[in-house]
Amino acid sequence: MLIGIAFWVLAVIAVATGLAVFVVNSMARATYALAVSFIAVGVQILLLQQNYLGLITILMMVMEMAVMAVYMVMFMGMNPALMPMDMTHGKKTAIATSVGVFVLLAGGALLIPWPQRRGSPPADLTHALGLEIMGEKMLVMAVVGAVMVATIVAGVVLASHRTRYDRFGDDLRHRRVNDAQPGGGKQ
Amino acid sequence: MTDSGLVTVSAGWAVVAGAILCSLAVFAIALDTGLTARAQGARGGWTTIAGRFARLLRQRRRTTVAADTMLWRAGGVGMFIGAFFMVAVIPLGQWTLADLDVGVVWLNTIDVLVWALVWLTGWGANSTYSLIGGYRFLAHGLAYELPLMFALVAPAIAAGSLNVGAVAAAQDDDLWFVVWMPVAFLIYLIGVMGFSVWGPFAAAVATDITGGAGTELSAVDRLVFHAGRYLFLAAGAAFSVPLFLGGGAGPWLPDWTWVLIKTLAVLAVLVWSRRKIPLMRPDRFMTIGWTLLLPAIVVQDLVVSVLVVWKG
Repeated sequence: MLIGIAFWVLAVIAVATGLAVFVVNSMARATYALAVSFIAVGVQILLLQQNYLGLITILMMVMEMAVMAVYMVMFMGMNPALMPMDMTHGKKTAIATSVGVFVLLAGGALLIPWPQRRGSPPADLTHALGLEIMGEKMLVMAVVGAVMVATIVAGVVLASHRTRYDRFGDDLRHRRVNDAQPGGGKQ
Repeated sequence: MTDSGLVTVSAGWAVVAGAILCSLAVFAIALDTGLTARAQGARGGWTTIAGRFARLLRQRRRTTVAADTMLWRAGGVGMFIGAFFMVAVIPLGQWTLADLDVGVVWLNTIDVLVWALVWLTGWGANSTYSLIGGYRFLAHGLAYELPLMFALVAPAIAAGSLNVGAVAAAQDDDLWFVVWMPVAFLIYLIGVMGFSVWGPFAAAVATDITGGAGTELSAVDRLVFHAGRYLFLAAGAAFSVPLFLGGGAGPWLPDWTWVLIKTLAVLAVLVWSRRKIPLMRPDRFMTIGWTLLLPAIVVQDLVVSVLVVWKG
């Protein structure tokens, strides 16, 4: 009963704040409306007794939204991010796509013959879920994780305008860093 | 949820846990004020706490033009209540409020919320210095958070569990984790100062930008935001006890006393160190965090993992 109420309250919060993302006129509000939506989803996952996955979802999404605030200033030129603005663009395509996807997913969820539960849930749900999703590919997944990090680092190095050789000299021996802007930002 | 030998007390005891956390925060404030007074050649100083508290409570709230009040208040209130959630999974001796199977991740999740809360406080005021403060915090966060996460990994690997009680229990009749993972302990403390916006990591609220994220805060808003910083400092110190300092282990006294004694000791060191370590400029600390702390903690995790596998 209590879990049922919690589920519905969280579901309403998740959907309402998700809608708010497109209604509000401030990028900060949109960002954190999305964060609240994700937190509600994270708590839903906690209701499924997937404690680890639920907390990690909240952790990652909040951090992601905070980093989004950094990007807001970094990449948005003359900081329109700091002004009131419309949060939507490409409206017709976006509405058509989202209605289509919603009908597909909701129709699928309603029409599919859901299987009856066989047996009982295992003691450690997160462990079982991990095995179910990855199984014997766990090693591949672990390697892919490292490759992804290496790709991100390489991407940043390639994209960056100035390298450590610009900052510390050709022999990397300059004690004083040669930066136009403290922290090695662009000139 | 997991079998860690802990007694989960009823939710009513949350009031006691909250009172203990508040007392710890008041201790931190008193110690800091006392040390400041002594540094200025005065005596006492800690008697002014009640006065400052009362002044902020009865002060009239001021606001700025076009402030985003909702986000602004959310930041301050969140800072105040965050630490209370954090201590819910810390065992006091054998009692705990919530014997969560992933308590270490719980700590991590709440400390990441501080990223959002400080930035929101800085943003909401619609004031330049305030916003700069918010961004300074994010810059610090980008540098301390990953080392902190890897520092939390070390005790969890050694104990083979993310349950805080199990981590504490793994140090019974054995070396405390602080002894054989000192780098992780040190970086954990750096992380605590980071998410408490304290000492070397107080650049976000520093005087050179007239109080940064807290510039425009007044009255009760100012009170909850800055009280929240002390509460987080206290909660972080309390969390170091089960993670690294053997939980309630100690001679003669009952285990809950030892948890409090160790917490007070760590908290005192954190407060004292504020005037010993210079303020870290976010841009400089970015280099330290990514080129020094992160490799150091990864090596520490490797050493811990190898030792755990080797011991079987």
